[in-house]
Amino acid sequence: MSARGANRPGPDAEGHFGIYGGRYVAETLMPLILDLETAYEQAKDDPAFTEEFERLLSHYVGRPSPLYHAERLSEHLGGARIYFKRDELNHTGAHKINNCIGQILLARRMGKIRIIAETGAGQHGVATATVCALFGLPCTVYMGETDIERQQPNVFRMKLLGAEVVPVDSGSRTLKDAMNEALRDWVTNVETTFYLIGTVAGPHPYPAMVRDFQSVIGRETREQIMAAEGRLPDTLVACVGGGSNAIGLFHPFLDEDGVRMVGVEAAGHGVESGKHAASLTAGSPGVLHGNRTYLLQDEHGQIIEAHSISAGLDYPGIGPEHAWLRDSGRVNYVAITDDQALDAFHLCARMEGILPALEPAHALAHVVELAPGLPNDHILVMNMCGRGDKDIFTVADTMGASL
Amino acid sequence: MTGRIERRFAALAEEGRAGLVTFTMMGDPDIETSYAILEGLAEAGADVIEIGSPFTDPMADGPVIQRAGQRALRAGITLEKSLALARRFRAQDDTTPLVLMGYYNPIYIYGVERFLNDALEVGLDGMIVVDLPPEEDAELCRPALDAGLSFVRLVAPTTDEARLPAVLTNTSGFVYYISITGITGAAGATTAATQMAVDRLRRHTALPIAVGFGIKTPDQAAEVARVADAAVVGSALVSAIEDGLDVDGGATAACRDNALALVRALGKGVRAARQEAAS
Repeated sequence: MSARGANRPGPDAEGHFGIYGGRYVAETLMPLILDLETAYEQAKDDPAFTEEFERLLSHYVGRPSPLYHAERLSEHLGGARIYFKRDELNHTGAHKINNCIGQILLARRMGKIRIIAETGAGQHGVATATVCALFGLPCTVYMGETDIERQQPNVFRMKLLGAEVVPVDSGSRTLKDAMNEALRDWVTNVETTFYLIGTVAGPHPYPAMVRDFQSVIGRETREQIMAAEGRLPDTLVACVGGGSNAIGLFHPFLDEDGVRMVGVEAAGHGVESGKHAASLTAGSPGVLHGNRTYLLQDEHGQIIEAHSISAGLDYPGIGPEHAWLRDSGRVNYVAITDDQALDAFHLCARMEGILPALEPAHALAHVVELAPGLPNDHILVMNMCGRGDKDIFTVADTMGASL
Repeated sequence: MTGRIERRFAALAEEGRAGLVTFTMMGDPDIETSYAILEGLAEAGADVIEIGSPFTDPMADGPVIQRAGQRALRAGITLEKSLALARRFRAQDDTTPLVLMGYYNPIYIYGVERFLNDALEVGLDGMIVVDLPPEEDAELCRPALDAGLSFVRLVAPTTDEARLPAVLTNTSGFVYYISITGITGAAGATTAATQMAVDRLRRHTALPIAVGFGIKTPDQAAEVARVADAAVVGSALVSAIEDGLDVDGGATAACRDNALALVRALGKGVRAARQEAAS
């Protein structure tokens, strides 16, 4: 789906990006993962598959999403020309649906009759429940109890769409535990079931496959910025939890040396507090959920619970390609606290009339730090990867307001 | 290579019976109780002993073994301490094979070379690492074999004919057949299905075949013992230990008593299996 350059080497045949990635799964799953890889390789080369993917993205999801010049915010910050890639305007309100359309088409090709997924913020769960309704397939979504409490609107949306939402009460009761439980379901029902992973993590081929489906974000951005400005952007900024919206924006630009890229992790209460989700900033390489990547872990290799106000970033790992891009230095990764993200949320609401999801509010908080120091002709594109409707209860809570 | 595992299975073949493989989690419910259980297993009837090393995110385990892992981690177990328990056991018993079972990350962080050196030094015979399929053999499997340790592979019902040779290539000690597609502690397979699977494996390997997942009672263990070289019991044993906890989750004498009583019963079942079948 994309040419390879020096900054886009992977993955290799075994699914490695440098030392990261791979296929660290139980034997029960291995044959299916190999089948999935073969099916995806065939689908990629089938014009009919691409055509249907693109048709659904246009007419069902509503792509291309606009590239919007945030003039008031740019003027307020007094520096870079800030653009938002408006993936929050997609059907279901986030970038997650791009990948779900791709994977459900693949599941149907493979003859699978049941879909499972994990979700953190609920956006991937909603997007999965949506495509399952569209294709008439039963859907089970695993979600940590902590996330169920803070993302009630999305839980109800999934149920309205016909999905079964299974609360997960093990471990930290968030995204990582939901992923463990989804893997257990998959091990049990491997013959009939397709595991629709929501981010660029998990065993090969998921990181590459999800990236390819999400790369539509960056490809559109490229065309749109050329039309608007006649040149490529200077800086790209996106939040990273697992990292799917960021890799989707970054990947088509990785070989453009003039384009700087920043991935924004969740610093929670502050990286020094130990309560954060900044695996690239403060973690170390390890093996979890089928791949080697940067993880939050103790000196014995036990996983440490992540913390972020944003359920979508509350994960102790990161996609393996991001781990590789961090080590190579091609992408710079920074961390933003809960409080900074909340400030950016309010600023965006008042200044641009957009309620951002708390995930891209992290990216925006970095833009707020970065933009004033940049010249007026500096073009900065931030991925507004989700809308904030789902977060109004969490935000109200921080303001002491009751709804 | 003739290590303890090979000698044990050769002796079992000589006796004309299948073996009993037990799994308990090191550090569950606390480090000393887990050692007290470990120490009694061979005498109670275990022929091969798997010692579990816990991981925070055991993605192939059911609720029973997940809870055991959480208790063990709370009790402060580490890979280093599990190896120390293996050393204590080996000082008492130089013949019963000891196999460490766990997930890769704690070993990776401990350091592969350091782990293999220490494993050899304390008298461990092999390892079962759930999330290292043959595709990742370069990580630990090949270094372990080079060091003279066994790398016991899991074979699943989903492992098809085409894939079996690749899975068996670097397997040593014995083959662990997972009789169901599922997590540990789920319901077991039928004897007919197990028989078919064992027959299929025997066409591909001369290694002993142990069958596990879903074996809870002496009768079930006996059924497996009629067709396989060993029956593996894990979740049922861990449940027995859990049943012995007091209301605050603390260890009592019942933890050890329950576990060893179950092993005695399972051992009898396994030992009687082929005699009954013959008579």
